[in-house]
Amino acid sequence: MNITVNGEKSKIPAGHKLADLIKTQSPSNKRIAVLLNDDLIPSDKQAGHILKQGDRVEILTFAGGG
Amino acid sequence: MTCNAQKREAFAEPSDLSGVALAKTEAKDAIPSSGNLLRRNDHAGQEPHCFLAKHGERYARHLSLPEIGEKGQKKLGKSRVLIIGTGGLGSPAAYYLAAAGISTIGLMDSDVVELSNLQRQILHFTPDLGRKKTASAEDKLKMLNPDVQIKTYPIRLTSENARSILCDFDFVIDATDNFGSKILIANACHSAGKPYSHAGVLRFFGQTMTVIPGQTACYRCVFESPPEDPEIPQGPLGAVPGVIGSIQAVEAIKYLLHVGDLLTNRLLTFDAIKLRFREVPLKQNPHCLLCADA
Repeated sequence: MNITVNGEKSKIPAGHKLADLIKTQSPSNKRIAVLLNDDLIPSDKQAGHILKQGDRVEILTFAGGG
Repeated sequence: MTCNAQKREAFAEPSDLSGVALAKTEAKDAIPSSGNLLRRNDHAGQEPHCFLAKHGERYARHLSLPEIGEKGQKKLGKSRVLIIGTGGLGSPAAYYLAAAGISTIGLMDSDVVELSNLQRQILHFTPDLGRKKTASAEDKLKMLNPDVQIKTYPIRLTSENARSILCDFDFVIDATDNFGSKILIANACHSAGKPYSHAGVLRFFGQTMTVIPGQTACYRCVFESPPEDPEIPQGPLGAVPGVIGSIQAVEAIKYLLHVGDLLTNRLLTFDAIKLRFREVPLKQNPHCLLCADA
């Protein structure tokens, strides 16, 4: 199944959950915000969310430095 | 309840230019070079031209841009920008805004200059070690452009002092280095109706977005709360905040002049390792703690 993660095409198994993807992309999921098809997905909703073909995921990092 | 004169539209029209002789000719047509400009003003029989005579050479390259010209340059000369944080992001932003002839630049920072700052915080020089950053920054900006008024706030922004300070400025640049301040600035700007540029950097990475409170997606539409375990700061590569802080200055100027497309409803990310810029589309979050009840 093909999805887009941070602008790059990515293949994932069917039934893959958003939380599984986040775990592989970002070791600490406490420092990110996740958009799925432009909508913010709160952290408590990420675990049960099953990804679909063509989904666009943006994993945004908290960048606190200045 | 918002501060006065915060609406972008209010700045779109040329405001009171009394006391400044208006140009008879559009600057963009009349000023191929600063040398020509000065000679033209010396011609006998021509009307005295206070603004161009005084500022024409310094701002010649702005005056030659149709999007700025004399009208825009005068507008910058009546605009006020608050820069919160005079470090890696605030340094380039402050330099470019001072060079651009912004009327008043507010500098807020409660820190003193430390040796480890100098790798990226280019407002501060080695002899400034131990000085207040606001005083160090003020010196450099006054040397760069003595026409600019600098207001220093060697304090931290708090929810108590935010409103009275923000009300004195047209645009705010969040150049802070911690989540608590970024959240506080987002809250305060929302409450005061002040447009702001958010930015953050980490390692080789930077991001920035511009927010018009109540009208465009805000920082907290995306980053609802500070992370529970803030990462120990790594880096950044010194030039990364240089890139992002410069973009913040560009956004402030565009906002003040009402030109171009602001970086609203999108987060610009910069990956210096891959040397790649990306835009992430954003929209106002219906559950945003700030925007939802706007």
